[in-house]
Amino acid sequence: MYTQMVEAVGEQNGETAQERHFQARIDAGQTIEAKDWMPEGYRKTLIRQISQHAHSEIVGQLPEANWITRAPTLRRKAILLAKVQDEAGHGLYLYGAAETLGVSRSQLVDDLLAGKAKYSSIFNYPTLTWADMGTIGWLVDGAAIMNQIPLCRCSYGPYARAMIRICKEESFHQRQGFEIMTILSQGTSEQRAMAQDALDRWWWPSLMMFGPPDAESPHTAQSKRWKIKLLTNDELRQRFVDQTAPQADYLRLKIPDPALRWNASAGHYDFGPIDWAEFYNVIKGNGPCNRDRMRARRTANDDGAWVRAAATEYAQKRKAERAA
Amino acid sequence: MNDWPLWEVFIRSQNGLAHKHAGSLHAPDAEMAVKNARDVYTRRNEGVSIWVVRSADIYASDPGEKEELFEPAKSKVYRHPTFYKVPEEVKHL
Repeated sequence: MYTQMVEAVGEQNGETAQERHFQARIDAGQTIEAKDWMPEGYRKTLIRQISQHAHSEIVGQLPEANWITRAPTLRRKAILLAKVQDEAGHGLYLYGAAETLGVSRSQLVDDLLAGKAKYSSIFNYPTLTWADMGTIGWLVDGAAIMNQIPLCRCSYGPYARAMIRICKEESFHQRQGFEIMTILSQGTSEQRAMAQDALDRWWWPSLMMFGPPDAESPHTAQSKRWKIKLLTNDELRQRFVDQTAPQADYLRLKIPDPALRWNASAGHYDFGPIDWAEFYNVIKGNGPCNRDRMRARRTANDDGAWVRAAATEYAQKRKAERAA
Repeated sequence: MNDWPLWEVFIRSQNGLAHKHAGSLHAPDAEMAVKNARDVYTRRNEGVSIWVVRSADIYASDPGEKEELFEPAKSKVYRHPTFYKVPEEVKHL
């Protein structure tokens, strides 16, 4: 799924010759690889951006895992399982990409478990009905794809390559969600109401996934210059609204925004103001499920400790046997 | 939490093609690394064979010495067939 709100670390003025050479490589469209020289700010910003993205994939398994045992059919259960397994895989690709920058996996995981690392605000909302599985696939994965496709062309090779793999797999996530929404919206009045209720609850948090407005995101310029962000938060958000509004029309569901309308002269949809106070509150840890998500991660880590210990022990034993 | 060693994963996508680098993962030993690689990198039939190599065992060229290392090849354009003029009326060359 996805990352948000990473601010560039470092300054633009007083560049050294090495930094100018680095920037020239980026401007020429070259890819930066793990062992190439890079400014500390570039490295730190990437570590933060990629690890937040990795954490989001891992925590992002939880809202959907909530419905695996209650999926309405075996087909739906198999699809949901495959999707949640993909999220785990995406987390691993991204942790791997972050590690190429010199940070250890254990450090990254420890930061998440200690509550020091951020992950996408969207995963702190509860999944109350089956329609939430449809809405998450349709909107949340849709927003993630919108953000991730440009990142396939980002300047850092290992990150770009992880993004390409993820985008290939993410497309099924969005489609299975839209399929759930199509079936519910063509179903009984209760099913239609369930689909509408899910859209009502997930619409605004989905728009918040793109991060704060450009005016409040002062480091976007540096990240764009380094090509680790290719479009601004507001540009991506607008694209998402433009893409999604007609899909809601197809489903004959109503997006919960009275100000939403097609603006022919702008060639875009206009939409109403976002409640940023809610966004910052969730980011600070006060969303409906923040504590629950962290508790689930810590429990999973603790419960898996004996498995990791046994695997390490077994590997040692085998090594000793071979040596003997 | 302690880190298991890092392994680089190479996958042969179909018979007849070479193994290609797919990514990396942590595992306590080679056997577990192959099992994990199956789940992490071949969930959609991406492979028919997996190699794992400990990252620590890979010795790589220095990116800072790229110029010196590859320059000798760059200046030898006559190694490419397009360097030579072939008369239009001559076939099968």
